[in-house]
Amino acid sequence: MPRTVVPFGPQHPVLPEPIHLTLHCEDEIIKEAVPAIGYVHRGLEKLAEIRDHNQMVQVVERVCGICSMIHAAAYCAAVEQILGIKPPPRAEYLRVVWSELHRMHSHLLWLGLYADAFGFESLFMHFWRIRERIMDVMEATAGNRVIISVNVVGGVRRDLTPEQQKWVLSEVDWVEKEVARLKDVMMNDYTVKKRTVGVGILSKEQALELGAAGPMLRGSGVAQDMRMTGYHAYGELGFEPVVETDGDSYARSNVRFREVLAAVDLVRQAMAKLPDSELATAYKGRPKGEAVMRVEQPRGELLYYVKSSGGKYLDRVRIRTPTFANIPPLCAVLPGLELADIPVVVLSMDPCISCTER
Amino acid sequence: MLHMTGTILRNLFSQRATRLYPIEKREPFAEVRGELLFDVEKCTFCVRCQMACPSQCITVDRKAATWACDAFACVYCGICADTCPDGALSHAPAYRPVAREKSQMFYQGVLKEKPKKAAPAAAPAAAPAGESPKPEKAEA
Amino acid sequence: MIDHIEDITAETLIGKVEALKKEGYRLVTMTATDLDAETVDLLYSFDKDLALMHLRLSAKKNAPAKSISGVYFAAFLVENEIREQFGLTFEGLVLDFGGALLLEDSVRPTPLCRYTVVEAKPEAPVAGA
Repeated sequence: MPRTVVPFGPQHPVLPEPIHLTLHCEDEIIKEAVPAIGYVHRGLEKLAEIRDHNQMVQVVERVCGICSMIHAAAYCAAVEQILGIKPPPRAEYLRVVWSELHRMHSHLLWLGLYADAFGFESLFMHFWRIRERIMDVMEATAGNRVIISVNVVGGVRRDLTPEQQKWVLSEVDWVEKEVARLKDVMMNDYTVKKRTVGVGILSKEQALELGAAGPMLRGSGVAQDMRMTGYHAYGELGFEPVVETDGDSYARSNVRFREVLAAVDLVRQAMAKLPDSELATAYKGRPKGEAVMRVEQPRGELLYYVKSSGGKYLDRVRIRTPTFANIPPLCAVLPGLELADIPVVVLSMDPCISCTER
Repeated sequence: MLHMTGTILRNLFSQRATRLYPIEKREPFAEVRGELLFDVEKCTFCVRCQMACPSQCITVDRKAATWACDAFACVYCGICADTCPDGALSHAPAYRPVAREKSQMFYQGVLKEKPKKAAPAAAPAAAPAGESPKPEKAEA
Repeated sequence: MIDHIEDITAETLIGKVEALKKEGYRLVTMTATDLDAETVDLLYSFDKDLALMHLRLSAKKNAPAKSISGVYFAAFLVENEIREQFGLTFEGLVLDFGGALLLEDSVRPTPLCRYTVVEAKPEAPVAGA
């Protein structure tokens, strides 16, 4: 049968950001998918050539418009490794609190977009309504909604007062209650299941071989979460990775849905244990050496490689974002699917293209 | 069918989730990093904010005692306010209003005498200078 | 600073990577760093049960490096990116964008490199672009 080529993206109703897929179809069935990126490349890694290691904190925050704080925390942790300093314990716990708030709002954003992808708009609005409370928490505690700029090399810049802690806890309680109310609709609805169960299956072996990351990996039954390595203060908090075994779109959305609730729990634990100390460790001199830091972003494993030879500017900042790792698995999942299922499956990997291209 | 009833009743008697924005506005939170405020009388033109600024939008001229910031390149990270040893920089909790024309923040100060606390009497006649493209508050 | 790092040469690269794949390692990423105008430092990162291990290789820009995308398919994306950011070409890429992953076909030399690299000729149009 002759093949038809259907271009998918870069502009498509379901895509928040531009990615292009060239779909080779036979009838309605995809036979091959070739990705193309490069629509939002900003050269942030190259900016390290003209920004010093402190200014780079604000630059890496802008890699991602959703999980900015986690990028900055990972970069700071890498530079701290090179400098041989350890942030004070309170800073480590505060990084956990803000990281988990970011994870919550990122997953809620995705759950909303996903609901929109299979045409459930009121569910989309409900998730975003809940998310707005977390944006308010971020704005009130850190000074901005998304790019909260709380990290510096050596620690954090902002503190949480006892009143703020109490308020944040009451807000996450509310979030937990509201998210739990939506569980039945997101996970047990007949129509939702029709669109997602058994669609876009990524097997465990494929996921490992193609280097999938985050919920894409855990949805296929691999219990790998960088938070298990115990960076920041995660080692001192009770934490278990969320794993599903089916590897389909439904499993991936289930992983993210449960991670919202896990994040609520982690915020509570971190708040309960919040130690007293100063907020940042002072240090002298410039970093000299190299370090690799891996953290868990909402989309998966994020790797920072920082190299410096002691000069004014860093030699290299390399950012491997989770979506970059998830594109090859996506291309492996698409063949065999029907054209109508492509939007849902593409969105199920949570594409963050600005991250991917940096 | 019956389990919808609870939802319907709740929606009938609960408040709306959104605000009627232009009529009803939420007060900004106190901690928010909004508009960048600069107090030229406190500034000693030490250039530290210029060195620290991640977006490199601040230009300080030590000799001429001028302080300029490209407000459209500012990313509102608050690093300059943290760095300033004189407390000349701060953030208002409200965001800068939208603008139709690009403009610069420009301030002309008076150089302080060598010993830092020398002459409070010589309080500078700190007025935005005329040669700037726009006086500092005319952005809105 | 980085634990578990092993220096390798271009000849032993493929064999070593194949051995790692048999042991069940997952490719995390590759990192390129300019050492000087002619040499690029390549760092291959692998993960197994949350433990990282790295292979380090110095590659000359004037000769194409060996691609590991035949072993780990996922490497094609990062190898294509390195070509555009560092001017280092790879031979044996399973999906070759020919320098047009981030850029347009017509943009040569690539503006993303620290040291300008002029490629001999723009290559034939590509599968996916």
